[in-house]
Amino acid sequence: MAHLFTVGGFTYRFDDLKQLLAKASPLRSGDTLAGITAHSYEERVAAQMALADVPLTTFLNEAVIPYETDEVTRLIIDTHDVAAFSPVKSFTVGELRDWLLSDHATSERLRQVSPGLTPEMVAAVSKLMRNQDLILVAKKCEVVTRFRNTQGLRGHLSVRLQPNHPTDEAKGIAASVIDGLLYGSGDAMIGINPATDSPAATSRLLLMLNDLRERFAIPTQSCVLSHITTTLQLMERQMPVDLVFQSIAGTEKANASFGITCSLLQEAYEAGLSLKRGTLGQNLMYFETGQGSALSANAHHGVDQQTCEVRAYAVARQFKPFLVNSVVGFIGPEYLFDGKQIIRAGLEDHFCGKLMGLPMGMDICYTNHAQADQDDMDTLLTLLGVAGVNFIMGVPGADDIMLNYQSTSFHDALYVRRALGLRSAPEFEEWLVRQGIIDNQGNRLSGGAAKKLYTALLPA
Amino acid sequence: MNEPQKSGVEPDEWASLRTYTKARIALGKTGVSVPLKESLAFKLAHAHAKDAVYSQLQIDDLQAKLAPAGLPIHVLHSQASSRDIYLQRPDFGRRLDDTSVKLLNQLQSPSADICIIVADGLSATAVMRNAGLVVRRLIEKAQLASYSLAPILLVEQGRVAITDAIGDLLRPKLAVILIGERPGLSSFDSLGAYLTYAPKSGLTDERRNCISNIREEGLKPSQAADKIMHLIQAAFRLQLTGIALKEDDGLDGADTYREIEEA
Repeated sequence: MAHLFTVGGFTYRFDDLKQLLAKASPLRSGDTLAGITAHSYEERVAAQMALADVPLTTFLNEAVIPYETDEVTRLIIDTHDVAAFSPVKSFTVGELRDWLLSDHATSERLRQVSPGLTPEMVAAVSKLMRNQDLILVAKKCEVVTRFRNTQGLRGHLSVRLQPNHPTDEAKGIAASVIDGLLYGSGDAMIGINPATDSPAATSRLLLMLNDLRERFAIPTQSCVLSHITTTLQLMERQMPVDLVFQSIAGTEKANASFGITCSLLQEAYEAGLSLKRGTLGQNLMYFETGQGSALSANAHHGVDQQTCEVRAYAVARQFKPFLVNSVVGFIGPEYLFDGKQIIRAGLEDHFCGKLMGLPMGMDICYTNHAQADQDDMDTLLTLLGVAGVNFIMGVPGADDIMLNYQSTSFHDALYVRRALGLRSAPEFEEWLVRQGIIDNQGNRLSGGAAKKLYTALLPA
Repeated sequence: MNEPQKSGVEPDEWASLRTYTKARIALGKTGVSVPLKESLAFKLAHAHAKDAVYSQLQIDDLQAKLAPAGLPIHVLHSQASSRDIYLQRPDFGRRLDDTSVKLLNQLQSPSADICIIVADGLSATAVMRNAGLVVRRLIEKAQLASYSLAPILLVEQGRVAITDAIGDLLRPKLAVILIGERPGLSSFDSLGAYLTYAPKSGLTDERRNCISNIREEGLKPSQAADKIMHLIQAAFRLQLTGIALKEDDGLDGADTYREIEEA
């Protein structure tokens, strides 16, 4: 259905919902690359004004990618929770925005409504919101998950310790793990991106992390981020797989480019559950996403990259994930050109994920060919800390020597915790105190305890 | 009252662990923050990486490095006319410009087993430092194994998928592209190798295999060539590349632990 909107005597026509969503999107290079952005500043605002008037029920009747040809669309429509939707079903997108910010929309009500919201509704409303709106509503959403510790409690911020090494050297990885633990990182998980995706290399790393965790009774979980088909093979061989990782996207075709389908994810999820390794809970999937992945696989169907991203969250929420990570600036300047676009996208992803009921964390990051630097990361980190992000990355010195990009560091995590009064996951914090790494006020201790720990931790 | 203050920087006791990794560990702290010395070292590395992104292939030098291999060498260009356009339009970097298409058509080169491509990607510096060694060794090994080789192709402003555009015209059974990777702070000279079996337009990344971090401080160029050759042989055996081809293909349950020890 076409949408019309008149500004100063000129009537803009938007052919369908897909085009309206694209033109209403705040400017980013990926949509320009796809050739779907508004042609002027005025057209963008006209699209936002037109979008504000669209009833939410329209989204249930008009799919941006056809039901018949895309399994993600089928998942979205088939799992839509009509009862959860009913309190907001009479709203337009604009009314939803006002309601989300109102005091009627408490944490509890947002949780109840969440399964009734489709990703396209959530993407649409985010396009009408300013950065502060995205922060304030996300802050109201509390998404708590459990495996060996508890993530997402209000007032807590966790860190994925990311000890990558360019050739997967055990000692090199261990050195970074030790550094991270002694700086109080690692409560979200210890997660390695292997340089080589092979069953042998992945097994070796899994066994090493498992041994480390067991010897020191660290209340955390590990993950080696190999392709899900590799992880499946390893689970069949009873390797110690805690979290099951996969990159996902928001269209069937983009997922195919990752070598996955929804049923493959389901198979891996069930295999993970059958291992029964979680002690506090059974959230065990770990998904990574990022705006631009569908376009980069030429699988976006003319849908803007932010809407595609939120569709990936619809895939994620089927599997009750432990953590979801939008790797926001990793993809490069052709999708998010500079610090401004990365910051906006980061706040959108966090808000949309949280509203969809996901335990959102973020790899606050950029590559060296993007127009961004560590100052931009400080800004996004602070904003996401205020917005209640579940976890961030902890990379030694913010410099990932394997993946060649910059993220946030162990020091950055300490900064945001101190600046905003946030704490580690409770079980992990207890462990840090018991080991003599920090005191009860969260200050890092120096002296004997650390030395004892790092001598014992380093593999022979 | 007005006693001189110390700066407050506390070193970490585990600085000795730095021998095991180039990662920025044991940085020390002041309060909870990074000491200035480390902060400025980071900025300098970032400056080097930004400079690498804007570096250019030195075609004459590169040709001289590759000449001993004894294969013809041709220079191609993508449709990205400048680095700034290259950065914003990856689609242009995946397509050959008209002159290059004409050149390849005129070659009338018989379809070879392996086509080796060298492209600047995001760090021409990486190519200038590492590609010569990898290519020469790879060619030696391929010739020993009796594979036929297409001319060496050097591509300016190229992306990985320009492999497919070349595949459309030269029809090799398999193509290897050596390309400058996105520069990191401690590795602005890191080369990647992507293997594509039966390259042709329209392929996506799950049809390729990648070996990354090829540089003196990472995977050494000579070892990288061996690894690439190993994958090439597996690819010809299975007649495919991509996620169905694992680097240790053939690994079965009984051998898991032994092979893991060796890995």
